[in-house]
Amino acid sequence: MGHVLPEKVKIVEVGPRDGLQNEKTIVPTDTKIHLINMLSESGLPVIEATSFVSPKWVPQMADQVEVMKGICRKSGVTYPVLTPNLKGFQSAMKAGASEVAIFGAASELFSKKNINCSVDESLQRFDEVMKAAKEAGVPVRGYVSCVVGCPYEGKVAPEKVAHVAKRLYSMGCYEISLGDTIGVGTPGSMSEMLEAVSREVPVSALAVHCHDTYGQALANILVALQMGISVVDSSVAGLGGCPYAQGASGNVATEDVVYMLHGLGIQTGVDLPKLMDAGAFICRTLNRKTNSKVAQATCKL
Amino acid sequence: MGNVPTTVKHCLSYEQLIHDYPWLRRWLQEEKEIVPTGVKIQLIDMLSGTGLPVIEATSFVSSKWVPQMADHTDVLRGIHRAPHVRYPVLTPNMQGLQDAVAAGATEVAVFGSASETFSKKNINCSIDESLLRFEEVINTAKERQIPVRGYVSCTLGCPYEGFIEPSKVAEVAKRLYDMGCYEVSLGDTIGVGTPGSMFKMLESVMKEVPPCALAVHCHDTYGQALANILTALQMGVCVVDSAVAGLGGCPYAQGSSGNVSTEDVLYMLHGMGIETGVNLAKVIEAGDFICNALCRKTNSKVAQAKGRTQ
Repeated sequence: MGHVLPEKVKIVEVGPRDGLQNEKTIVPTDTKIHLINMLSESGLPVIEATSFVSPKWVPQMADQVEVMKGICRKSGVTYPVLTPNLKGFQSAMKAGASEVAIFGAASELFSKKNINCSVDESLQRFDEVMKAAKEAGVPVRGYVSCVVGCPYEGKVAPEKVAHVAKRLYSMGCYEISLGDTIGVGTPGSMSEMLEAVSREVPVSALAVHCHDTYGQALANILVALQMGISVVDSSVAGLGGCPYAQGASGNVATEDVVYMLHGLGIQTGVDLPKLMDAGAFICRTLNRKTNSKVAQATCKL
Repeated sequence: MGNVPTTVKHCLSYEQLIHDYPWLRRWLQEEKEIVPTGVKIQLIDMLSGTGLPVIEATSFVSSKWVPQMADHTDVLRGIHRAPHVRYPVLTPNMQGLQDAVAAGATEVAVFGSASETFSKKNINCSIDESLLRFEEVINTAKERQIPVRGYVSCTLGCPYEGFIEPSKVAEVAKRLYDMGCYEVSLGDTIGVGTPGSMFKMLESVMKEVPPCALAVHCHDTYGQALANILTALQMGVCVVDSAVAGLGGCPYAQGSSGNVSTEDVLYMLHGMGIETGVNLAKVIEAGDFICNALCRKTNSKVAQAKGRTQ
């Protein structure tokens, strides 16, 4: 291609956590474990397994300990878990987690509405988690949400995103995943935002987490790759709707991302048919159609 | 725009102008129910009010083959032709051209394939034979000063042959261009293309046909359409085909999506600062209208999202 693209891309599979968290049906623990095990077999290098958040807030993740203890951990695969606070971190450690993730928002309103505090306050809370993680030798991934648009504030300034990303990176996050939470981004806003962030955080430490609510995810991911990013978050079968637009799609489907990457000659280590098997499994269990166009097309030829 | 990244700047250099072609004909052709003439006319009239510069209205193909297009003359005569909008029609042969001209057509289109097997299965002749037929159509159209657009199908893959050589696509595109087509639209008929294969194919075609005479017609069967369109824009293509509401399935994969939706394409182009002259809200309205008329859901994610935001 005219642009230099990465030879390899690391896919961070968020289906079992971000995906299922936004599904209406509560999924039995065994099903979650089976899904994660199938995903492990498909060659995915990173699978976000669960979230150590209070079950009061996220009932879908109430079985966090059982899931963590029940999965077969494949060698070479990492299984990060979300830890919104120190308590969550401690529970995660007890349950055997070896990597964790924390969240910041690039929008003040979103932060207040979502976790009831300002962006700065949320980053201070995470300081405790960072300290504990460092002492335990546990790597921490940082997420920034609303990087190109906020359901409350509308457009988000690229400099704000860069500021939050830089804070998380300076605090010790090894990687920062930039999330287009409501999927409003386009190659235009995406490249503007990435330019601003990559002035503050090295490109090798950045990832993109694109939602496909407006159908823009693959184009946005392509632009990110062209700018040197080589870590992409996605969700098997495109699980997980957009909580801000009822019935609209959310996460980009891992199958569709892998199809594009392989078509570009980029290595992912993922076996697409096995990945599709995992997607078919979870869709059958949830009694819903896949959001992956590759899966739809492949099953119907 | 200050420090604009190369990708966006590249697109802006083409006078910020992207023509959008909702291929009404194609998706209606593939819709199973026969759509009443009045509905087709209303849809085209709504699209005419959105700012779209080109609306492919119908096909002068035998109604034996494509019953959906049996009312081609009534449609062409019934629509309100907006000034500054063109209404090309498909004319697969001389008979079709004559009927189209009699019905008042002012622009026509012909189809070639980059795959021999597809050509034989689809129109019962080889690529060469089809191009000979089209030469007659093009020459006659030229005499009447009617512009002709050429299409090449299966440019990124064929449902029968699989991989298609970029050089073959280039060869067919060049033949159509040399014969007098003012523009050649390169179709990913089964939507299997990715930015990788799109790039290689366009590289090859651009050696034979100038970028300003090229268009891309991407199907979204594997979700790759917008990424493929972006790639084409970055390579200098500035004409994009799409279908309102993304209707028109893929005939080779039952129930899968086909045409990329105009709404989603517009959202991307406008988000990149590229001018199209099109009012997205009005296109969404036209999409809503036809989806209601067909009792089906839109394939456009933009329309779905805008329809459901709390």
